[in-house]
Amino acid sequence: MEHHLVLRVAAKLLIPPILLFALYVQFHGDFGPGGGFQAGVIFGAGCILYGVVFGVDNLQRVVPAGVVRVLSAAGVLLYAGVGVWSLLSGGNYLDYGVLAADRVHGQHLGIMLVELGVGTTVSAVMIGLFYGFTSLRP
Amino acid sequence: MVRLRNLFAVVMLFGIYSLLSAALFVALDAVDVAFTEAAVGAGISTILMLATLALTNARERSVTRRRALALAICTVTGLVLVSAMVDLPVFGALEAPAHAHVVPRYLLDSYREIGVPNVVTSVLASYRGYDTLGEVTVIFTAGLGVLCVLGAGREPPADDREDG
Repeated sequence: MEHHLVLRVAAKLLIPPILLFALYVQFHGDFGPGGGFQAGVIFGAGCILYGVVFGVDNLQRVVPAGVVRVLSAAGVLLYAGVGVWSLLSGGNYLDYGVLAADRVHGQHLGIMLVELGVGTTVSAVMIGLFYGFTSLRP
Repeated sequence: MVRLRNLFAVVMLFGIYSLLSAALFVALDAVDVAFTEAAVGAGISTILMLATLALTNARERSVTRRRALALAICTVTGLVLVSAMVDLPVFGALEAPAHAHVVPRYLLDSYREIGVPNVVTSVLASYRGYDTLGEVTVIFTAGLGVLCVLGAGREPPADDREDG
């Protein structure tokens, strides 16, 4: 898409706010609308927009396919790991209340961590699907 | 009835339809769902379908044979769904089952128990933490499955890559 100047300039302007908005949705999801799923797809969509306009190879330089594969598993592991952590802390599986000194603070911590895991997996899977489709040759 | 054989136009209409659904969700105060619909339905799946179109033909092959059985199945399923819709509670009705069971507890006590103002987040991540773990696992395995079907795990040979 090298010859689409308007598209390139518009994408350059749009991609940083999209990624920033994804992080806002991720970490402000406790207080406003949003959460890990939404943040993950918005972050993935921002990266995919970069890949569509500036080429998949440039996107692969930013987020290599191997990193995407590792991250998509790491999110699930982080989520399940929080459950194991709460088991080891003496609570039930995924009972975040025991993660900190008082229950409400522990719930906050647990929710933030599992939402981070959800966001990581979702965005990595979305980018991975994009790589999968674009790596095919007709 | 409008019939499109140009698949590019079909994909674009699909994206517009998703965007309109997202607006509908905003109007129904379901902002969380609207985010997902706008990003996945209008954004990512449109891109993936366009990528698929690049691999195949952009025009649907015309079907000369009419499929009476398929039409009958669609009609019967549609009628069953419509007849089931009659029994649905009115939108926003307080006595609807969805608002009766555990919802009052979530709405009244979740701030004291979880300390998170967004009830959707506290239900999704804490009360229903098991479900969400399952959903994330489903997303992970689904992505893995699609990549296995596409054969994307293999590194392409170095001379096969082309820029842009």
